[in-house]
Amino acid sequence: MSFLKIRDLSVILRGTNHRLLRGVSLDVGATEVMGLVGESGAGKSMIGKAVLGILPRSAKIVSGSIELEGVDLLTLPPRQRRHMIGQKAALIPQDPLTALNPARRIGPQISDRLVDILGWVRARARARAEEILHDVHIPQPERVLRSYPHELSGGMRQRVLIASAFAAEPRLIVADEPTTALDVTVQKQILKLIFEMQARHGTALLFVTHDLGVVSKICQRLTVLYGGLVMEEAEVGAFFDTPTHPYSRALLAATPRHTDPTADLTPVPEAVIAEARRAVAEADQRWHA
Amino acid sequence: MILRRLLSRVATTLVTLFGVAVIVFAVIRIVPGDPVAMMLPPGATEADIARLQAFYGLDKSIPEQFFIWLGGVVQGDFGTSITTRQPVLGLVLSRLPATLELSVMALVIAVALGGLVALTGTRLRYTRTEGALDVANGMALSVPDFLWGLVLILLFGVLWPVFTISGRVSPQLVPEFATSFFLFESVVRLRFDLWLDLVQHMLMPALALAIPLAAIIGQLLKQSLKETMHLDYVTLARTKGYSENQVILREALRNAVLPTLTLIGVQFTFLIGGTVIIERLFSYEGLGNMAIDAVINRDLPLIQGIVLLFALLFTLVNLAVDLLYAVLNPRLRHA
Repeated sequence: MSFLKIRDLSVILRGTNHRLLRGVSLDVGATEVMGLVGESGAGKSMIGKAVLGILPRSAKIVSGSIELEGVDLLTLPPRQRRHMIGQKAALIPQDPLTALNPARRIGPQISDRLVDILGWVRARARARAEEILHDVHIPQPERVLRSYPHELSGGMRQRVLIASAFAAEPRLIVADEPTTALDVTVQKQILKLIFEMQARHGTALLFVTHDLGVVSKICQRLTVLYGGLVMEEAEVGAFFDTPTHPYSRALLAATPRHTDPTADLTPVPEAVIAEARRAVAEADQRWHA
Repeated sequence: MILRRLLSRVATTLVTLFGVAVIVFAVIRIVPGDPVAMMLPPGATEADIARLQAFYGLDKSIPEQFFIWLGGVVQGDFGTSITTRQPVLGLVLSRLPATLELSVMALVIAVALGGLVALTGTRLRYTRTEGALDVANGMALSVPDFLWGLVLILLFGVLWPVFTISGRVSPQLVPEFATSFFLFESVVRLRFDLWLDLVQHMLMPALALAIPLAAIIGQLLKQSLKETMHLDYVTLARTKGYSENQVILREALRNAVLPTLTLIGVQFTFLIGGTVIIERLFSYEGLGNMAIDAVINRDLPLIQGIVLLFALLFTLVNLAVDLLYAVLNPRLRHA
């Protein structure tokens, strides 16, 4: 049974009729890694934000359901929803430089959820924070716990954020382009770390990225989005062998391969984009009708 | 490292004070108005005037007078008040606590009021309440403190006389304390009747001083809180399960306070300056009231002493703000 079950989720730009997500349905199994790919503006981050309840004010959910373990988050009262998300889900954010509070020490930023939301005693939460920092291969965890964010490098901060995400043993992690803001040299280590942690903890992972190369290596399934509409949802193996949707094929052809870095890249053909736009328009027509 | 910073700070302070001393000394001697002429009865002879001028050293050149005075100041002798014939230092120090207590009380009220406005406005942002708060804030800001003083006198002294609006303490309660920090000492000595009387006297002038400052704090703090609420670490805290209130207080407030703190430092010095008029308005026996009397009577040594003390106070406030800033901002602590 899937842990995260999204059905027919539509999000509009507040005050308009314009849909940002157009009836998205999505399932992520209990220990599955699901890649969420698409161009910028396709709505891939928006899905993760909707699940975690952190959509910007300008976006509004108008229909659909988001179920965690069979409980629809959207029908829960705000307080219970917050607590459920805090207990069962976690975010690995995009930019490690801005995702830590500059005025607070690292230790409390990892352990605060354990104490305040999960009700652990302080000493146990502190021990857990030290243990989890050790797990993400941070040397001298007890020193890092006492540090402020500005005393750590970008890669270290992302490790801290990964540790913080896994500290409460969540069942689902949303990673929102977690390596985009990092140096290329650090990116690989961080990716490896995320999947090492995912495998060890058996967490469901929703991995938002525009990098199909990464998806091919680490995800079991993937969902391709265009204009807030699901184009294709497939097993990764099958997708990279024989993508069924024309847009997926075009996207794949536009992705550089490190096995053959000098090969020519094909931009997504106009015809394919036109077809994808048509699909979006049809979906809107059905929705407004 | 810290010692060197502190020393350079002390050096700057001394230079500032010297500059202030020069300016005050020159200005009050250049503007018309002769203290000696005001002391003597009409019909005094030229010889009388000359004798009195010589007595106070006013017959010498201004630079000469200045260095004689400065020589005294360095040794802790600020001269003798012309009108009261008492040492300036003693006079000034006897009034300083009254003004300090008033200023600090006003500051506390301003921070509490302004903080409350900012937090409420942030919590209820994008609602009508925020709009209403903004309007009230704008009004509080555009009316100067002495007008607020008049409004308060009218409201709570005349129309609905619940507060005493004149003086510092009721005459029958004037205490024989070791210091002039009556408000503070009355708590230490558990004289709560006196404490209540003092607060009743101070509340209105303090409020008049506090209202414009509260409005500035409210406006700036709300603005920086709202900006902070969009930052990634605040969003991350939301996913952890924290409520809006917790997010504001735990994540945003401490970072949003920093820009406000600098402003409070600057504004607090203005507030201390504002006590001059407010004390007059409420007949509050503080330094400001004394300053106005000194100016009216052309009591040159007293004016110099008061202004120098005010200048010292301003630099101390700025120093305190800088230190507090370093404590609250971990990024500055090692710099």
